[in-house]
Amino acid sequence: MAVPISYNIRNVRQRWQVTLLAIVGIAMVVAVFTVIMSMSEGFRLALRATGRDDNAIIVQRGSASELTSGVPLDQRNQIIVDDRVARGADGQPLASWDWVIVISAPKVTDGQPTNVTFRAVPPRAYEVRGGIEVVEGRKYTPGLDEVIVGRRLTDRIQGMHLGGTVKYQKKEFKIVGIFTNDGGAFESEIWGDYDVIGALFQRGPGSNSLVVRMKDPQDIPALDRWIRDQPQMQLQALSERKYYADQAGPTAGALKGLASLVAIIMGIGAVFGAMNTMYAIVAARTREIGTLRALGFSRTSILLSFMMESVFLAVIAGVLGCLLAFPMNGFSTGTGQTQSFSEIAFAFQITPPILTIGMLFAVVMGVVGGLLPAWRGARMPITTALREA
Amino acid sequence: MSAQLHPVARTADALVDVRNVVKTYKRDTQELTVLNGISLQVPEGEFVALMGPSGSGKTTLLNLVAGIDRPTSGQVIVAGTDVAKLSESELARWRSRSVGFIFQFYNLIPVLSAVENVELPLLLTSLGKRERRDRALTALKVVGLADRSSHYPRQLSGGQEQRVAIARAIVADPKVLVADEPTGDLDSRSAEEILALMETLNREFKKTIVMVTHDPRAADRAHTQHHLEKGVLAG
Repeated sequence: MAVPISYNIRNVRQRWQVTLLAIVGIAMVVAVFTVIMSMSEGFRLALRATGRDDNAIIVQRGSASELTSGVPLDQRNQIIVDDRVARGADGQPLASWDWVIVISAPKVTDGQPTNVTFRAVPPRAYEVRGGIEVVEGRKYTPGLDEVIVGRRLTDRIQGMHLGGTVKYQKKEFKIVGIFTNDGGAFESEIWGDYDVIGALFQRGPGSNSLVVRMKDPQDIPALDRWIRDQPQMQLQALSERKYYADQAGPTAGALKGLASLVAIIMGIGAVFGAMNTMYAIVAARTREIGTLRALGFSRTSILLSFMMESVFLAVIAGVLGCLLAFPMNGFSTGTGQTQSFSEIAFAFQITPPILTIGMLFAVVMGVVGGLLPAWRGARMPITTALREA
Repeated sequence: MSAQLHPVARTADALVDVRNVVKTYKRDTQELTVLNGISLQVPEGEFVALMGPSGSGKTTLLNLVAGIDRPTSGQVIVAGTDVAKLSESELARWRSRSVGFIFQFYNLIPVLSAVENVELPLLLTSLGKRERRDRALTALKVVGLADRSSHYPRQLSGGQEQRVAIARAIVADPKVLVADEPTGDLDSRSAEEILALMETLNREFKKTIVMVTHDPRAADRAHTQHHLEKGVLAG
């Protein structure tokens, strides 16, 4: 039979000063790990939440982002009348063709310039893109110098508030609305009328990208094949949601890599800290171990008992670490996106899987940190253990 | 189970039968002989005192009888079991059933209450929680500490701690009690109480007691005294 668990719990309580050190060490590692993972997750979710599964985005083959893509007008007109493209209540194709540029604007925090995506969209974009909701003010009026801005820009970029203005070249656009996009990347963009702003961009009659609503999302590969079969078209059709999710790849991957690296380095330190504490705990209780062994408790019982104590500490530390990280949940920040050269604002997302991984990480640190000291305690000859002061 | 694993013919009436035991320790390259061919028989129900100067090997002999150490050669047979032939886990199980320990410094677990300390050996039995607790309280009653059952070791005097330790030693009803300087850390009055209690356990509960002591007054309470000198029995 095992050594009673109350023995371990009460020992933790009684030697709280020593155990607190180990708990704080592991908790800090779990907290940092959780925060970095939540940053990576927030960024990934921001882009994954962008777009719809039943939309196809048509971009130039070989382009890394919408910025470097081009869809000529005549080809756009051919694609939007395809039978696979859904039509709105007015019988017109559900399609949105966008010009995308990057403008420089000062950040709220330090006034330093950062890149912001400025998207010229037709009025139909609201319906096609989906999830766009004007939460303050109103939509821009087609034909006027008006724009709406994503909610995440309002607290990150100077002047991005209702009634403010966006300057591009020598023109000023009045901000008439603030919109949300279910946390997606569009919330970090400025949207204006295609006809007004597109002309200003002086890019001609085409667009950077074309988004169409599919009657059946399963037909996106077929649409892609058809496009590729047209010799004049250097385009491709992709799932809109997947397209934006893939854009997150390099940055989200880098953040996740950073989280792992920091976690490993800090984790090694924390494991040594936990091990040191457990060695001290075993050393302080050597005679107790000898007594328990003399009374008939097996080596395995002793090993499990101290391992359990170490894991118990680690679980407390894991919970503490998660609690320390939790205030960062929802914290907004932004990062440059390599493909679009613009800043994507996103919120830290502490999700149940991240908390689970954080707790598992803590338990692993507890097991690794406790194993050697517990092994030492269990292997010690009884007569030696009983002689310890 | 373990007690029957290696049954050995007992010398008539000897509950503890130490046969030509040698115990050596290695220190670096040197070999130190602590017990040198000792033979000793302790009949059932006997109260034996082992005496001798420091380093004479009396605690080593006690450890061998208690099954917490193994002889280099020779046999230690307790209640018909050749202790040295048991595996580590068999030995642990055997100790939990056959031997009660009384230590000089009581060796109570500080974070457990008196009754929880006494209950510890019973955790290794198949007894239910309720029965374990009842038996532990009965053992505390035997040593006169029923009213201190919920006290922690730090809340007890040295004499009371030793009585709790004795309750722990008898709670699983072992055949043999081994005591290593049981009065060595006590004032004379407490020591007297402990010795009286041990006499009671021997006389009324028929416990066989093997006690190591430096104290002649303690040794006088035993039926038999054995003196060790440099690893051999001197008398």
